[in-house]
Amino acid sequence: MAKKEKNFSRRDFLKTSGIAAGALIGGGVIGGLIGPNAGGTGSSTATVPSGATGGILHLQFFTNNEEFQILMQATERIFPEDELGPGAIRLNVPYFIDRQLAGAYGENSKEYMQPPFYEGERTQGYQSRLRRNEIFRQGLQAMQTEAKNRFNANFVDLEGRQMDEILTAFQEDEIKMKGVSSLFFFRLLRQATLEGAYSDPVYNGNANMDGWRMKGFPGHQAAYINQVDSEKFQEIEPRSLGM
Amino acid sequence: MVTTLEKVDVVTVGVGWTGGIIAAECAKEGLKVVGLERGRERSTEDYSIVHDEYRYAIRYELMQDLSRETITFRNRRNQRALPMRQMGSFLLGEGLGGSGTNWNGQNWRFLPYDFQIKTMTEEKYGKNKLSADYTIQDWGITYDELEPYFTRFEKTAGISGEDTNPFWGKRSEGFPTPPMKKTPILKKFETASTKLGLSPFMMPSANLSEAYENPDGARINACQYCGFCERFGCAYGAKTSPEVTVVPTALNTGNFEVKYNANAVEILKEDDKVTGVRYIDTITFEEFIQPAEVVVLTSYIMNNAKLLMVSDIGEQYDPETGRGTLGKNYGYQILPSATGFFDEQMNTFMGAGALGMTVDDFNGDNFDHSDLDFIHGASLSITQTGLRPILHNPIPPDTPSWGADFKKASIHNFTRTLNITGQGASMPFKENYMSLDGTYKDIYGVPLLQLTYNFTDQDRALHAHLTQRAGEIMQEMGAKTVVGGNPISDYDIVPYQTTHNTGGTIMGTNRDDSVVNNYLQHWDAENLFVVGAGNFAHNGGYNPTGTVGALAYRCAEGIIKYSKDGGALA
Repeated sequence: MAKKEKNFSRRDFLKTSGIAAGALIGGGVIGGLIGPNAGGTGSSTATVPSGATGGILHLQFFTNNEEFQILMQATERIFPEDELGPGAIRLNVPYFIDRQLAGAYGENSKEYMQPPFYEGERTQGYQSRLRRNEIFRQGLQAMQTEAKNRFNANFVDLEGRQMDEILTAFQEDEIKMKGVSSLFFFRLLRQATLEGAYSDPVYNGNANMDGWRMKGFPGHQAAYINQVDSEKFQEIEPRSLGM
Repeated sequence: MVTTLEKVDVVTVGVGWTGGIIAAECAKEGLKVVGLERGRERSTEDYSIVHDEYRYAIRYELMQDLSRETITFRNRRNQRALPMRQMGSFLLGEGLGGSGTNWNGQNWRFLPYDFQIKTMTEEKYGKNKLSADYTIQDWGITYDELEPYFTRFEKTAGISGEDTNPFWGKRSEGFPTPPMKKTPILKKFETASTKLGLSPFMMPSANLSEAYENPDGARINACQYCGFCERFGCAYGAKTSPEVTVVPTALNTGNFEVKYNANAVEILKEDDKVTGVRYIDTITFEEFIQPAEVVVLTSYIMNNAKLLMVSDIGEQYDPETGRGTLGKNYGYQILPSATGFFDEQMNTFMGAGALGMTVDDFNGDNFDHSDLDFIHGASLSITQTGLRPILHNPIPPDTPSWGADFKKASIHNFTRTLNITGQGASMPFKENYMSLDGTYKDIYGVPLLQLTYNFTDQDRALHAHLTQRAGEIMQEMGAKTVVGGNPISDYDIVPYQTTHNTGGTIMGTNRDDSVVNNYLQHWDAENLFVVGAGNFAHNGGYNPTGTVGALAYRCAEGIIKYSKDGGALA
């Protein structure tokens, strides 16, 4: 076991997995793959959902287009469009996050928010007095400030690698935020992005179920009792609860 | 103003597995039973839109509302305990059925070794195998004494399984229903572990292989392998849970009533007996007293312990002096694991919560510990519970956790990764305990329970050894890359680990070593019973529910006996 781990490298992994994947996955589910097959030969049927271009009129939490645009670009860097299929923006992730921040998630309705507040040890978890929607708003503003300081530009006008540099600084806890660490904000942002990409479309993300299509997850299916002992991988058209 | 209600024979605090079993057995005997349930009523009809990972698995639809009540936590005594503001490491249940609604259904009997762990360890390895700081003790009951109650619970639940494990205790009867389907993923594990000389067998499951009617006449349907069990309720009534079995059984007698939105805040005691329970209506905040001949604490381990503490019943454990038993021997579960990355795609999204195969060759004292610096071990299992996309993003080491490479790798490996996980035993340690918090309160004004817990050297050694064993099986299964679980350091309450918390109201042979006797009757009040995983003097190498169910049937028998004859039962 240890021997295999030692010899492992990411480059090797991508190379070998690309070959194997190309042989096994049908193009109808997932388009071109990593490795030798890379290059955008995918046949994704995604279309841009109507909400994705709705702009500020469709927002429930954010009130300012500038900060929403930062959220859009940041989530897209975390989960980018590629030859496999759409990224966060075309999956409607920013709108998913906006709605979540306006509701119980953003308001920490089911969390213990009684004082006194102390910073605590890492192992003691969430100890901020801030609600999640306050953390997001402050975090997005801090990303804009960081873009101005580092590159003298708006975050949304940066090149991808410059956005990544800023996101990495948040992840490595190098950015000063009030009442919460930048690492904590980054984790929230990353997790919310994945939630928006893969939750049922009834929550407004995972547009056209393309998050599920890319991943080979069929969503809401009544039963697998007739397929679960099949030796073959089953490609199943996904279904949403809302269908 | 407090309203005092009409006296009943038995009142239970909580209506999940233990409360439901006590209610069914006592009500069948003609005793009038009231169950106080702080959550709401729910049934199979409430789970028709349950295939929703975000709502149930991420936002914890069925779990406790922490804005009302939580616990505080610290790793060690010299730290400031702080509230668990959001759930992570374990998920506390709420509502009718409790955690019995959202469990996976992996149903085990603890090993004969577990119940006599101190005696058997000392016999084989001498008195100094573990330092005295590990407060292991026998449970005051043997496997053979508990066997009829295990059988009873398995019949109620209709457990699906096969009696081919050479390491578990002798069974008086076979399983009520045959094992689940042996899928290709399970067969990989079976072939590999057999080749390594181990003894794989189908995991005993409360997701039933076929429709079943239990001895009380309750119907449980056949599992559809839809892949939504843990953190979910079953849309099919095919995962045995209290609300499809013991709760209707109790209600059908006409002797059982559930009071919903009833949050118990105090057990009332006069001299050497308890007189009832004071509770608060969670909607109106009105206070009520429910007088009863017998009070049974049947909530989760933390609230069972907390209620005793706030009611000042029993002596609080003090780690400084070792005196007191209430809150003592808090245990968790150690989770060795190995992940295997495969070339071929597998149907990892299909499954059931207890669809799995297990080896017990490295559990309990089933292997020689002479040259090892730990005792006990873990059951090692492959399970096909149905993986879902938000929570499952497997990436090989050195892959970034976001961005283009993350997206590709996590999508690629979603259907190409398998895990072998161990339910590892957790030995009690003198510094790991529960008490009352001096600062933080719940919304009813009651102090929060305080948890002081960290992993120990025993835990770290067990984890490292069992992770190696898991890795060997995974390697044999043909994984291209095998990655062992990270070594454990300090316990961290943030990432989900397991909801197998134990101890605090431990059972034993006398009042100096335990809170309750082996009928789960309190040493300081003969009409007070406390039942659940809190009774475990240590945590074994399995999921706890099967053993909890057996203890609940034992407790019910004790209550019925006590109601007729009175007095101490042991």
